[in-house]
Amino acid sequence: MLKTTLKYSKIGLAYLVLITLAMTFITPLLWMVSSSLHSLDGVFEVPFQWIPEKLHWHNYTDAMTLLPFGRFLLNTIVITVSVIIGTVFSSSLVAYGFSRLRFPGRDKLFGLCVATMLLPGQVTIIPLYVLFAKLGWVDTFLPLIVPAFFGSPFYIFLLRQFFLSIPKEFDEAALIDGASRFRIYWNIILPMARPAIATVVVFSFIGSWNDFFNPLIYINSFEKATLTLGLNLLKTQIIGSGVTQWHLIMAASVLVLIPNIVIFFLAQRHFLKGINVGGLKG
Amino acid sequence: MNWLKPKQTKAKLLSETIQGYLFISPWLIGFLIFAAGPIVFSLIMSFTRWSLLSSPQWIGLNNYAEILLDDPLVYKSLWNTAYYVLFSVPLGVGFSLALAMLLNQKLKGMRFFRTIYFLPSVTNLVAISILWMWIFNPEFGLLNRVLAMIGIEGPLWLQSEVWSKPALILMSLWGVGGGMIINLAALQGIPQELYEAAEIDGAPSWRRTIHITLPLISPAIFFNLVMNVIGSFQVFTQAFVMTATAAQGQEGGPNNSTLFFVLYLYKKAFQQFKMGYASALAWVLFVIILIFTLIQFRLSKRWVYYESGETRN
Repeated sequence: MLKTTLKYSKIGLAYLVLITLAMTFITPLLWMVSSSLHSLDGVFEVPFQWIPEKLHWHNYTDAMTLLPFGRFLLNTIVITVSVIIGTVFSSSLVAYGFSRLRFPGRDKLFGLCVATMLLPGQVTIIPLYVLFAKLGWVDTFLPLIVPAFFGSPFYIFLLRQFFLSIPKEFDEAALIDGASRFRIYWNIILPMARPAIATVVVFSFIGSWNDFFNPLIYINSFEKATLTLGLNLLKTQIIGSGVTQWHLIMAASVLVLIPNIVIFFLAQRHFLKGINVGGLKG
Repeated sequence: MNWLKPKQTKAKLLSETIQGYLFISPWLIGFLIFAAGPIVFSLIMSFTRWSLLSSPQWIGLNNYAEILLDDPLVYKSLWNTAYYVLFSVPLGVGFSLALAMLLNQKLKGMRFFRTIYFLPSVTNLVAISILWMWIFNPEFGLLNRVLAMIGIEGPLWLQSEVWSKPALILMSLWGVGGGMIINLAALQGIPQELYEAAEIDGAPSWRRTIHITLPLISPAIFFNLVMNVIGSFQVFTQAFVMTATAAQGQEGGPNNSTLFFVLYLYKKAFQQFKMGYASALAWVLFVIILIFTLIQFRLSKRWVYYESGETRN
């Protein structure tokens, strides 16, 4: 009797902690959504009304007219789609080479590839800026897109792990049938690796969509800004002018976050997988 | 492959080598252009004075001498960064471990809680930073409203020299979801038999945690620790977005209390265009991160447990 009471109070305590933490994690996001639907006076009201009397949906359209968010969205889509295409093809080609072919120097080069993951970006960012400036690529999308076509160590690592789990007999049978290595990669390995490719797509989407540092450095013109960069421009503009219009800034932030949240719920298992493969390499 | 004649084997090996290098050529070329080349170039640049407009001027070790001896903002930014790393890393690693253990119980609804805790870490850092600027607003922000409800008058947070760094550390704890997931996966990989055996032996649950759970997931904790240290040394976006006032060049305030090392580097390189000096700063950061990472790997031999019984380097 005492034992079951003890067990139930333990479970009750666990749920109390779990729910309290869940509220703590979710409240900032609810506060953002709530603020975005208030009037300007509403966000400064004490006490705060979590559900405003009148829902100001027009904050969203107002926020979008302050800056050309449609343009920013289009820019971001162009960049992100290009980055995903480049990343998937280049990283899977390289991963195929590292996992299915045998050649001298392979393992040393793969070690080098993995090691570059630990290199802090600050060491290369300045020379890269100089390089892209000399090429006349500053204030174009090219510095944000082109590097993706040369393979990215994390994704190469992730795809190689997956390719290694595919039996070599597939390649050998196809080779005897006279298929070229490239055909094996394209017609056999890539289709089989769909789950791993999906993880790469999700991760490179998140990385490119939310990138701030690179657009900040390379994009100067207003009309070439990405959503993330544009959101920061909007913030600077709004905070610099009198009473901060938090309701509009929150509406814009919600808009930028929506694709993230949608992708998160659609692809949660790919996140979990990618993070865990990443964790294994420790 | 015994039936192949040696000559054919050799030809096959050569063709496989050529094809192998063709397959990895995107990375190999990319490595030379986007990593190896810039590393060498960056090192050379760090010995020059260069504003991009004129040609670079060789000044030997002057940049490094100025960094070490003559630039108080370097030490200010190092101190700010150290403060951030010192608090955000242990708190983040500990919190992500506690959350993972909480989620690793056999109770209903764990997937729901996992989703909620994980969500904030997979978002847009600029949007999140702006959200937290509003949360930290001294008069009308969520945090000080909540504190006021329990009778505490909250600090000025981002507008206070004392509280700006704690504010950013607090915000970083909201994003521990990634580390939590890695810990959770490690916890779920522990064979149940180990616990059952310990239970039969009558080991109390806290002893099971210390002697079974923690050693077995120590590689995951170690991974989180290393990545967290590297990431925290490079903290940039939050400080850049949250501490800027209207004028460009004001980032890192108030009174440079959130001028982190990478933010300082960014300002030198991309606002003042002191490319040589900024390159030298990057190498100083690289050496600092390298030293801390090596120390962690060295110390890890004492506490990280690998099942195969061998320790890694």
